[in-house]
Amino acid sequence: MVIKVLKPGLATTVQDLGRPGYYHIGIPLSGGMDRHALVAANLLVGNPEGAAVLEAVFMGPELEFSDDAVVAVTGAELPPKLDGVPQETWSSFKVKAGQKLAFDFLKKGARAYIAVAGGIDVPVVLGSRSTYALGALGGFKGRKLEAGDELPVGTATAPAKEGRSIAADLRGLPAGMPVELRVMPGLYWHRITDAAGIGFFSDTWKVAPEADRIGYRFKGGKPLEFVPREPPFGAGSDPSNITDACYPYGSIQVPGGTEPIVLHRDAVSGGGYFQVGAVISADMDQIGQLQPNTPVKFIKVDMATALAARKEKAELSAKLRSALA
Amino acid sequence: MAIQQIFSPLPGVFYRKPAPDQPVYKNDGDTVTENDTIGLIEVMKSFNEVKAGAAGKIVRFLIENEDAVMAGQPIAEIEV
Repeated sequence: MVIKVLKPGLATTVQDLGRPGYYHIGIPLSGGMDRHALVAANLLVGNPEGAAVLEAVFMGPELEFSDDAVVAVTGAELPPKLDGVPQETWSSFKVKAGQKLAFDFLKKGARAYIAVAGGIDVPVVLGSRSTYALGALGGFKGRKLEAGDELPVGTATAPAKEGRSIAADLRGLPAGMPVELRVMPGLYWHRITDAAGIGFFSDTWKVAPEADRIGYRFKGGKPLEFVPREPPFGAGSDPSNITDACYPYGSIQVPGGTEPIVLHRDAVSGGGYFQVGAVISADMDQIGQLQPNTPVKFIKVDMATALAARKEKAELSAKLRSALA
Repeated sequence: MAIQQIFSPLPGVFYRKPAPDQPVYKNDGDTVTENDTIGLIEVMKSFNEVKAGAAGKIVRFLIENEDAVMAGQPIAEIEV
């Protein structure tokens, strides 16, 4: 089976659960930014949870199916339309050969996951089908989709099931405004003044329009004040510079002390900016669903809270699996 | 004659000019064809053209230059 791309959307890419194991040599994790929604889409259509799907951001593609298929759209509220007929999100539905899948305007969230029974069958590169567009690696020809692309679909290993859906409490989407992202202060916390540290956590930030798969930039809080120092060897003169170091996934760098950037799935793995801390792993999926201008607060947590949140997230995944088993 | 709205296809920042030092794409009262660009939406470091989508006359813009927009938000009204 082949899916023909009639319109690509803004930046639709093939993603699976990512490419861990190479970050230390500069190849990022990649994979879906909202992995919970990606897994949900796969389970709905009977795929293994890490099968490759399409990640559409802000705007859906228009796709034509060569054969009958079972499809599910999860994540953002990006309403699917099959030959113009609205379909539910977070539900599996049948597509007949020759039908066209398009999408209405984005209602909520940022990234939708479009799973097809059998999975998108692009070549596996370094253990993953995920697209790393900046490195032209993986996915469909290492890039976002373009009109005219023909995506191969694999053969379903289990019978695909239509008409299944996922309850609202198992969707794991950001709740409440401002969205709260939990953060553990990091190794460089001492670089900012006490007042700046308080301001970082008490200010309300807004998602900047530049936010993407590489990093999520935030604006609108007070600039951070730094503790005076003699720049160490190899660091630049800017107070937000450090001697080059590793950047963890989720780490928050603040170039010039003005706009925090949370590194996400396609991030660079190292460089010379200090990091105030890191968003805890349990909250990283939520970042993938933030639209520009969404108000956000960073909430200070400790390791015990971060580990409890991780456990809670794992329990949510377990509930999702058993609901669709 | 009917009034139609032009919707933003994306969330982001709306610009009425192709560049800060250039004139606006369209003014209130200008006629447009379906493929005319009426503005840009900036998101994820890319600038995406918004097309009129129908031939007609621009009645008015509903948002200002550099305003934040949501996907599906009306940007302008045209008389078709």
